[in-house]
Amino acid sequence: MLRGSFFLLEWRFIAALLALACGVLVALSFGSYPLGPPELIQWALARLTGSQPMIDQTALVVIERVRGPRVLLAILVGAALATAGATYQGLFRNPLVSPDILGVSSGAALGAVLGIFLSLPIIAIQGLSFLGGLLAVSAVMLTAALLRNHDRILVLVLGGIVIGTLFGSGVALLKVLADPYNQLPAITFWLLGSLAGVGLGEVRSVAPAFLLGALPLLLLHWRLNVMTLGEEEARSLGIETGRLRGLAVICATLMTAAVVSVSGIVGWVGLLIPHLARFLVGPSFGRLLPASALLGAAFLLLVDTAARSLGPLEIPLGVLTAIIGTPVFIWVLARSRRGWQ
Amino acid sequence: MKPARLTVKQLTIGYDGKPIGRDISFSLTAGETLSLLGPNGSGKTTLFKSLLRLIEPLGGSIRIDGEDTSNWPRRAMARCFGYVPQAGGGYFPFTVREMILMGRTAHLSAFASPGPRDQQAAQMALERLGIARLAERPYPQLSGGEKQLTLIARALAQEPRFLILDEPTASLDFGNQVRVLQQVRQLAQSGIGIVLSTHHPDQAFVLGGRALLLRDGRLMAAGPVTEVITPEQLRALYGIEVEVLATDRGRICLPHYR
Repeated sequence: MLRGSFFLLEWRFIAALLALACGVLVALSFGSYPLGPPELIQWALARLTGSQPMIDQTALVVIERVRGPRVLLAILVGAALATAGATYQGLFRNPLVSPDILGVSSGAALGAVLGIFLSLPIIAIQGLSFLGGLLAVSAVMLTAALLRNHDRILVLVLGGIVIGTLFGSGVALLKVLADPYNQLPAITFWLLGSLAGVGLGEVRSVAPAFLLGALPLLLLHWRLNVMTLGEEEARSLGIETGRLRGLAVICATLMTAAVVSVSGIVGWVGLLIPHLARFLVGPSFGRLLPASALLGAAFLLLVDTAARSLGPLEIPLGVLTAIIGTPVFIWVLARSRRGWQ
Repeated sequence: MKPARLTVKQLTIGYDGKPIGRDISFSLTAGETLSLLGPNGSGKTTLFKSLLRLIEPLGGSIRIDGEDTSNWPRRAMARCFGYVPQAGGGYFPFTVREMILMGRTAHLSAFASPGPRDQQAAQMALERLGIARLAERPYPQLSGGEKQLTLIARALAQEPRFLILDEPTASLDFGNQVRVLQQVRQLAQSGIGIVLSTHHPDQAFVLGGRALLLRDGRLMAAGPVTEVITPEQLRALYGIEVEVLATDRGRICLPHYR
């Protein structure tokens, strides 16, 4: 009868975690260096019990230095984008909202493209991208603060579109100016999203940002539920809406900017996955956030594995997420009653 | 607990610094009922939102037991005032039970979610309004009357001293209007102060207590319902001819149609 509002300890959540762990092993087996289930299971068991894995040294390097970080990062990127998307959809009460609603992606894109254009090392490109994302969101928040007398949510969303367009034209300019043989392909690839070539360093920089953003959101899950009723109703129920919205936006932006800075722009995840999660576990954030994170992680793990093993060349993530995302999104909308409910 | 007293003095209300109503003064003790009548656009909703400080009043004071509410945090406001808006913002498919539990937010600390005591309060509110059978239904799929009863139950679970209802019977069918009104009357008897706006003077008669007549943002009249709602006042308020009939089961208004 009573639907719990928190389900980290429910069997469904634990089952989903186990399924994700199996997905990780499957993903690790894909690639040009062959790794079979026996080696992977032996490796996993050894690591779980803390002993040294009795497998080939090359296999160990492939698992722990090459595919492992990439798999971890796919999980982090998917989880972060989906969690941020679920948060923004709730805050702005809009089904078409995705993590880049406040211009994070376009800001991050401009930062990264500038880094590529200046031929900076990869770490500097990631740093610039992160700063660009934060800068764009700050500009949007500042615009909203200047236009105090208007509807706050409308101003935020319109500000996001306008600032996003401005940053987007900056990206377009740099593309025109870029060296068409070396820089332009790199820029284009980055703009479509890719996890090619990431290592443990990226995992180390993205994981803390994800936790730093996701934990406060999870702790505030009940208040986020109330926020979805709209500004006035939430205030009449005792919520300091300005403070809560600011905090939630900061958390979601931090996560988004951190993952976009290493993965490039991966569309669709933050838009699609929260719908799917809401469809499965309902709208209550105590369940919606963990479910979104898990589904997003699984989805991007699948997509990234496909991206690196379907063809002789890496396929950009954004292309695959769009191909899968479009029909699934339409299916979710058709299945859910009354539009997106 | 001594019943709380709400005192509104010389209130100026409006948006963006532009007043749309002024010199509004009245007071109400928890357990009393106040019906607010006025034509469309007379400032009823603005007055309610100002009482709740959802929009800041442009002047005057709102006090609870002599204490000015202007610096109260939202939490304290929500423990004092329950608000039943004209249309609830149920956008996501939360269940009726979850919607009502949201009324408990002001009693929870920042990171907490509702516990057994809150579940109990929600269950009581559900039963009191006779909507326990709707508990697990998604709120957006309810009918207008069921939504209204859910919002009242939510405000009740909030355990406020005063309940502010903005046209609670607007857009309801005849049966639901009567049902909602019955509930409101029972709430007043249980010691909650009721402030309600309505377009039907008959409803003010049913609820008893006092009435305020608001016209162009000013109080035209205030006092006991039977003294304030008269043919003369209704003519001045709405510009129509109305007869007020005294029956053995209370008064009713009978408009003259030409």
